[in-house]
Amino acid sequence: MANFAKPSVPQFSVDVYQNEYLPVGGRDVDAVVTVTATGGGTSGARGVTTGGPAGVVIVVDCSGSMDYPPTKMEGARAATAAAIDTLRDGTSFAVVAGNHAAVPLYPDHGRLAVAGARTRAEAKEALGRLTADGGTAIGTWLRLADALLGGEDLAIRHAVLLTDGRNEHETPEALRAALDACAGRFTCDARGVGTDWEVKEVTGIASALLGSADIVADPAALAADFTAMMENVMGKGVADVALRLWTPVGAELVFVKQVAPTVADLTARRTDTGPRSGDYPLGSWGDESRDYHVRVRVPANAVGQEMLAARASLVVPDPLGGDARPVSQGLIRAVWTNDVAMTTAIDPQVAHYTGQAELADAIQAGLDARKSGDQDGATAKLGRAVQLAAASGNADTAKLLSKVVDVVDAAAGTVRLKAKVAEADEMTLETRSTKTVRVKR
Amino acid sequence: MRMSQKPQPPSHGLAVCPDPECGEPVDPRDRFCGACGHELTAAAELPAGQDRPTMPIAAPVWPEAPPRDPGSLSTLTQHPGELPGTDSGGRDLPTVPVRTDGPVAPPRGETVRGGGDFELAAPDPRAAVRVEPEAPSGAAPRPSATAPQPAGEAAEGLCVACRAGRVDGDGYCENCGHAQPRERDHMERELGTVAAVSDRGLRHHRNEDSFAITETSLPDGRPATVAIVCDGVSSAHRPDEASAAAARAAGAVLGEALPRGTHPQQAMHEAIVTAAAAVTALARTEGPDAGADSLHGGNSPACTIVGSVVTDGLLVVGWVGDSRAYWVPDDRTAPAARLTEDDSWAAQMVKAGLMNEAQAYADERAHAITGWLGADAYELEPHTAAFKPDRAGVVVVCTDGLWNYAEAAEAMAGTVPADAALRPLHAARVLVGHALDGGGHDNITVAVTPFTPTPPGAPSP
Repeated sequence: MANFAKPSVPQFSVDVYQNEYLPVGGRDVDAVVTVTATGGGTSGARGVTTGGPAGVVIVVDCSGSMDYPPTKMEGARAATAAAIDTLRDGTSFAVVAGNHAAVPLYPDHGRLAVAGARTRAEAKEALGRLTADGGTAIGTWLRLADALLGGEDLAIRHAVLLTDGRNEHETPEALRAALDACAGRFTCDARGVGTDWEVKEVTGIASALLGSADIVADPAALAADFTAMMENVMGKGVADVALRLWTPVGAELVFVKQVAPTVADLTARRTDTGPRSGDYPLGSWGDESRDYHVRVRVPANAVGQEMLAARASLVVPDPLGGDARPVSQGLIRAVWTNDVAMTTAIDPQVAHYTGQAELADAIQAGLDARKSGDQDGATAKLGRAVQLAAASGNADTAKLLSKVVDVVDAAAGTVRLKAKVAEADEMTLETRSTKTVRVKR
Repeated sequence: MRMSQKPQPPSHGLAVCPDPECGEPVDPRDRFCGACGHELTAAAELPAGQDRPTMPIAAPVWPEAPPRDPGSLSTLTQHPGELPGTDSGGRDLPTVPVRTDGPVAPPRGETVRGGGDFELAAPDPRAAVRVEPEAPSGAAPRPSATAPQPAGEAAEGLCVACRAGRVDGDGYCENCGHAQPRERDHMERELGTVAAVSDRGLRHHRNEDSFAITETSLPDGRPATVAIVCDGVSSAHRPDEASAAAARAAGAVLGEALPRGTHPQQAMHEAIVTAAAAVTALARTEGPDAGADSLHGGNSPACTIVGSVVTDGLLVVGWVGDSRAYWVPDDRTAPAARLTEDDSWAAQMVKAGLMNEAQAYADERAHAITGWLGADAYELEPHTAAFKPDRAGVVVVCTDGLWNYAEAAEAMAGTVPADAALRPLHAARVLVGHALDGGGHDNITVAVTPFTPTPPGAPSP
């Protein structure tokens, strides 16, 4: 029978992987929660979103440095044009030019345009007026994007931000305040072009606004990257999804981390929704699957007792405008036993993602040590990273590591720091250090 | 309980070669002496001729039979060959159950699916009225709830652990998260002539024991009472399903075979074989917790079994594994007896003379069982035995969750209440309570069946 009412809002499922058995006195319960969305944007009926259309704002850095070399500005223009071409008809969009201030480049009346043949042509024509001049104040760019996206009734609100330099013309506090103001209002993918930008600034924007961060060292590669990003956004079927975690009296959430496709700590992003439950924002979803590592500390119980350590449910906004509702849930349990064989087994998913999180930390710590001149510390940390990447089959990260260190023995984690490392390679490793792979099945 | 690492061939239980010329140390599993070639399995057979209970396989050392009253006219203990199993027409037994008389009325008993009659402290209904579901976390149990109250309507859905939160649809408290008692956590069942109680105990998170009790009758109308107790092997998959399937199957076989005239001992043998097949069949079906199964390394579901059939003047027991049957005479000055011999490491050690009972049961390997029902059982050896006690008493069949706290027959007799024959359910509750008081380290299941001897002069069955 034909399905005449295939929803474009994805269907969510929640799976919990854990070893629920705790030894006597054991308190920490680890679980990997896999959230999978199917039947949404990409596989559902395209262009039919129940909660209104998507809105996208493309923010292009046009500070003075974009002319050095001039290929950066050319690349940015071409990439923005490619992104505009990828927009689905009916999508609301705008292009913002950013330097020490933010200016709506197209449309110039402070509203969003609706994608169509005419608006696309006008927008691309407007790109010709982009000139490189002035400083960099990313916070002002984000606030303008927020104002543009917030003025319309949109189901998906997304921004794409391109920068080539450091946020030099506003204080870090100003950027922080802007990110806090924008968090939860729209999602944002951030890209750094060239090698003169600050990795932590770009990854910080992406993680605060639940988007991706990446480096595009060669401006010529920008168009392909923007097209891929925009296709991803067009695939989103539902925004403002949250992971709701209920924990019993006396229990404490030690951390909540996204661990696939990238590591992102959500622990501090909690919004209380009741005396014992809180929501963690997961951003916008199309057809995709992400994994979360949750650690709950529960009061120790007697052998033979069983309790619910946490209930993980997925909260999705009502497309008809009602209250957000839980759509799917999984149980994280704790069972105390004195059977050592059961308590010592580590769930393969938990073990794998514990390793992937350590890998990201080791890369970050190793690169920080290298920058501060601590050769021994850098060698130890990056050696551990090489070992973890090899053991978990994270081939992409292993390849990036091999451009920063000479690998002597990957299994043992023996490495030597390369005397000369291309800046782009080091920044690529740092930006992509949080990328994880899933458990080999 | 856990299974020993590998299924083992039957042990003859000898430590040294019995050949007086040889005396070399031998492995308990060797069939022949490595030095002189003496056949060890034959040597392990008990000397015949004595008045001993029937043991078809791997004859164990029996406790001494109660001294008989010189004036008693009751027959001696039955030997298996004297009572060939026949159908009600006196013919050899069919190998498959045959139904000749239309649908057989189901026996009165059935496998227990849980009485729902928890002995856990029931929530105070008054607390339910006063405490809101979203009570602050500091909400303590009401001081007024000092004694368990009967569960009232208002208390329905209130957590038994914190008494402050409601129970959600998954069986956990919405306040403190504690799992609520499940149906099998505590089960009780009573028929006219038998009662059984099963409890999760204090250390295990679920009850992996099960039981079945049935009242039926022999072809001549004399009543027969069946009690089956099974203990799931925790180190295997789905032990709870294994014990439930075994108890259900064995109880059903006895409930059908006894009215057909099958000799109780033969019927018990068949019941154990059928129970083993039921547990083996579980290995082929995927359980609901297949994901968690991977933690256990792929063990098939397994359980032990012990059962008793009490008919007019005859007592039959059967078992595989380390669940036991005890005979406790009403007259406590007469000796009690253990009627079964464990398929366990400890029993093998004692039998082989390598350790005394105290040493063997103190060892951590004591509970490794060497026989069980399940797909990976090496070879099924149902043990059955028939007795004709000459006085009144009760038969206690139980899992190790009970007998760990009353191992010796005298200890068991001392624990069974004096009026056990009159109030079997009360006696079963007292026995479970004894194990819980002792620590409740394992699931506890016990069935109590009163036995009345054939009056002197009455025809022997």
